[in-house]
Amino acid sequence: MNSRHDILIVGAGPAGMAAAIELRRLGFAPLVVDEQSAPGGQIWRDVERPRPDALRNALGPDYAAGAEVAGQFRASGVDYRPGTRMWHIEPGLRVFLSQAGKAFVAEPKALLLATGAQERPAPIPGWTLPGVLTVGAAQILMKGSGQIPERPVWIAGSGPLPILYMRQLVAAGGQVAGYLDTTPRGAALRALPHLRSALRGWADLRKGLAWMRALKAGGLHIEKHVTDLVATGTERLEALSYRTADGKAHRVEAEVLLLHEGVVPSIHGTLSVDCAHVWDEAQAALRPALDDWGMTSVEGLYVAGDGAGIAGVRAALARGRLAAQGIAARLGREAGAAEVAGARAELRAASASRGFLDAVFPAPGSSVEIPDDTIVCRCEELTAGEIRAAARIHRGGPNQVKAVTRCGMGPCQGRQCGYTVNRILASAYGQSQADVGFFRIRPPLKPVTLQELAALDEGREAP
Amino acid sequence: MFKQLADPARRSFSVFIDGAEVSARDGETVAAVILRAPPHIARHTPVKETPRAPFCLMGVCFDCLATVDGETSVQTCLVEVQPGMKIERPVGKLRITL
Ligand code: FES
Repeated sequence: MNSRHDILIVGAGPAGMAAAIELRRLGFAPLVVDEQSAPGGQIWRDVERPRPDALRNALGPDYAAGAEVAGQFRASGVDYRPGTRMWHIEPGLRVFLSQAGKAFVAEPKALLLATGAQERPAPIPGWTLPGVLTVGAAQILMKGSGQIPERPVWIAGSGPLPILYMRQLVAAGGQVAGYLDTTPRGAALRALPHLRSALRGWADLRKGLAWMRALKAGGLHIEKHVTDLVATGTERLEALSYRTADGKAHRVEAEVLLLHEGVVPSIHGTLSVDCAHVWDEAQAALRPALDDWGMTSVEGLYVAGDGAGIAGVRAALARGRLAAQGIAARLGREAGAAEVAGARAELRAASASRGFLDAVFPAPGSSVEIPDDTIVCRCEELTAGEIRAAARIHRGGPNQVKAVTRCGMGPCQGRQCGYTVNRILASAYGQSQADVGFFRIRPPLKPVTLQELAALDEGREAP
Repeated sequence: MFKQLADPARRSFSVFIDGAEVSARDGETVAAVILRAPPHIARHTPVKETPRAPFCLMGVCFDCLATVDGETSVQTCLVEVQPGMKIERPVGKLRITL
């Protein structure tokens, strides 16, 4: 069942859908694969499902807007295979995929990775305890399952997502026990130079401020500049402790704690084929180096959406269209100057408030010390202390630390520890995070079983 | 830990977690069902045998691995629940091979 499509799009979120719609309009027939069972990505997860009014209203109009894009995506007649994982990319563009327990190969002329973002790991002591989840996870549960925390929930972290989720949760009848805002002091001041550009994205910013005001008016317990957050419990989360801005230590009972420290581009695919990447200082994350159309340093391999650098849903739609137009031109069909100019203008407008948001919600830097007893690698259960010890003895980069400790070798392939190791090594060696870099990523990108591989034999040899 | 909001349009049906009957609804993931069924965990880790529950719900942490209809190490946050599914929570030294 190997695919014969000229164009493969991985990911059916905003960017992947927008690219598919544009490519169909231009007369192409791409294949779209996605891990989930329905289009929408994380932001518009399960957006096609009819919902009771109360839940639809709680999720808000920005979420509901995704239904229209998903509708256009379906109506475009594109070949769409949900429930399909990509687990390996070879240069020259052979892409190994797996659906319903069977592996297959695609050899497209152009590959678009629209695999979005993931939440930045927010390691604190006790974050592996059942009862601790990410804010994104809780939001996915609300969208996909109509499911919310049973009792008042603790939320800790920084960024626009906790504010959005709290608003949705409260509107759906849920309760927040308290919001422990870990945004450091002074971030708002540092964001001021970005304000002028951000004013062009004023509508977005005003929305966020209005949500916060409404939450406060509703009696939300909020603590600012919280540090030293610790989750405790034996078999599950039982309590949390933290320090408030006035220096006082607090301890509260807790059943569910949701963490969030922003989102980072999903880069495993582009790292695995050695695309050039750049360190984005403002977002403290790597992103692939891209040309004006979203093409990486590898010929024919494109990236669109938050995987190209965190910029939000509107920018993802515009980048998806631009990548489609670039791919079309590459395959010999021009998109039309007006369409291209339109997509570029939209991308500019959508990116206006980003610098401001990045500065208001800075990622925890290497100066914020992660306690020694904190698990860094959730898969291999290695602590910050063990990573530091390895750094002291071997003085090596992320790959040496990985080789001696097994950190990053588990099934998540460093998705939950990569940036933490980066931070710890940067502070241990007095280097910049950009210089320390990230793990080398080796196939498979996702675990694959022998039975799945067996299906490859039908068409061609296994890799 | 988590509760469902009313949604009459969704069909509900039974699945089994370690043999115990649990109610599930159309369109949700196995991981979501696990988070409603005490003790709310997916597995114990192979390294130190500590309990873990679904954490990210978007396929990037692998803490939701469980056995689904006999298939081991399934990322349950990526699998839609089906009527009658049998879910087992692995304990201990089952290693995931890469
Ligand atoms: S909950 Fe993280 S991979 Fe499933």
